Amino acid sequence: MAPMISIQSVTKVYQSSRGEVTSLDDVSLDVDRGEFVTLVGPSGCGKSTMLNLVAGLLEPTSGRILVDGAPVAGPGPDRGVIFQQYALFPWLTARKNVEFGLRLQGLNKRERRERAQHYLELVGLGRFGSALPKELSGGMKQRCAIARAYAVNPSLLLMDEPFGALDALTRVQMQDDLLATWQQERRTVLFITHDVDEAVYLAGRVVVMSPHPGRISDIVDVPLPYPRTEDMRLSPQFAQIRGRVWRGVHHPSATSTLRGDGA
Amino acid sequence: MANKHAESLLEAGRTGPADAGGAPPPTPERRRMRRAGSIAWLYLATFVLGIGLWWLYAALGDNELAPGPPEVIRSFGEGLRNGWLLEHTQASLGRVVAGFLLGVALAIPAGFLMGWYRWARGMVEPWVQFFRTVPPLALIPLVIVFLGIGETAKIFVIFLAAFLSCVIATFQGVRNVDVTFVNAARVLGAGDATIFGRVIVPASMPYIFVGMRVALGSSWATLVASELLAAPTGLGRMMQSAQQFLQTERIVVGIIMIGALGFAMDRLLLVGERRLTSWQEVR
Repeated sequence: MAPMISIQSVTKVYQSSRGEVTSLDDVSLDVDRGEFVTLVGPSGCGKSTMLNLVAGLLEPTSGRILVDGAPVAGPGPDRGVIFQQYALFPWLTARKNVEFGLRLQGLNKRERRERAQHYLELVGLGRFGSALPKELSGGMKQRCAIARAYAVNPSLLLMDEPFGALDALTRVQMQDDLLATWQQERRTVLFITHDVDEAVYLAGRVVVMSPHPGRISDIVDVPLPYPRTEDMRLSPQFAQIRGRVWRGVHHPSATSTLRGDGA
Repeated sequence: MANKHAESLLEAGRTGPADAGGAPPPTPERRRMRRAGSIAWLYLATFVLGIGLWWLYAALGDNELAPGPPEVIRSFGEGLRNGWLLEHTQASLGRVVAGFLLGVALAIPAGFLMGWYRWARGMVEPWVQFFRTVPPLALIPLVIVFLGIGETAKIFVIFLAAFLSCVIATFQGVRNVDVTFVNAARVLGAGDATIFGRVIVPASMPYIFVGMRVALGSSWATLVASELLAAPTGLGRMMQSAQQFLQTERIVVGIIMIGALGFAMDRLLLVGERRLTSWQEVR
């Protein structure tokens, strides 16, 4: 079976006022169906660019990207995106936000209601359907955004540092919540973070990226089973994996062996 | 299972620092009301103080032409009894409302077009920027040449003032829509029409209301100028003839009428704004 995402020798060059900036340099990566992959790296490593390319919000300068075997041509509801800034429509209630995509799929009012309620409950916002985003805390907003992305039933979820704006305690809780949701409604997830701990805790596979130009410097398998627990987070095995990822992120020269072929 | 998960999330919501409070906190609303109560007293206090100072000046000074509150109130009553106040007010109000509504009705779609299509921006913006700095008063001789001295000419001048203030604000509103909202709509499957109707329009609503309120102010400000165009009636006309007959108290009556009507219409817009943009994070 074809991989869910196939990134094939993708290069992305931006035109900036100081000339050309190579954000991604000949990057290749395959992600299998149902996999939870995290992309971790310092700023400037092109991880957000990679996600926006898969989402169809950007176009590659060269190379190509296949999702579910078909080349990406613009954004679409088969790929749900969760942004760091939540991106909830502030003029719509939590329920109407979740219903936004459902309405575009032509569902009638009753079906929209039911689906929205189901996903709000899934993320623990069942009682907050009529709240406006401004009445929700940061964590609740992001849970609502996750419900909105899930509701349109995408085969792939792209998450761009979704917990980056949350405090450390809420962040840990959100990680557990996300994994619980993911285990109930299994989708392929590509998750971007700059937090090494988060990257290892969530992923089946961690992709380490290095900057200038953006390249994949290491790919680390996380052989811990799901559901992940606090004990695992504090285990020596976790620490060992975390150590390797940490070195890859903070000292990219030490792991200079380019292992960007991915598959 | 789903329920248990939801409960654990709610529990987390209660204990997490960012999630403090299981329900949306009602406190800011109450705090705002308390603040609104105290500010109303300040409004009253400053109003009384202002009137008092004016009265004192009129009573103590030896300027015969400086009318005090009693003279103005007398003139006001006389205007109501004889009907001239109502007649002038009606004429002016009709012009302002017509010019304002026409201006806003054209400015909002024009602003949207400018924000959405490059060609529309390129074609409209230079004209708007050029005429924005020209006071409508300066255009009056030309308006007389093209539109004569009838009602159309007066409404046109007010229309122009309203249009120019509102079109810039609407345009800015569309330009300032957070691109994340547009991207969020696109990844959910929205096409251009949906993005326009369900993201751009609501997101720029706060700017449009600011534009409308500025437009209302410009409409009233232009009124007196527009009534220089040989108007038989109108508050501006009334104040000009009062000036010739040294009826200063009547000028004050005109000022108060314009100020009060402008204020009332602004409050009306504010009610609409509160209703349509109450979703905003800060206000």
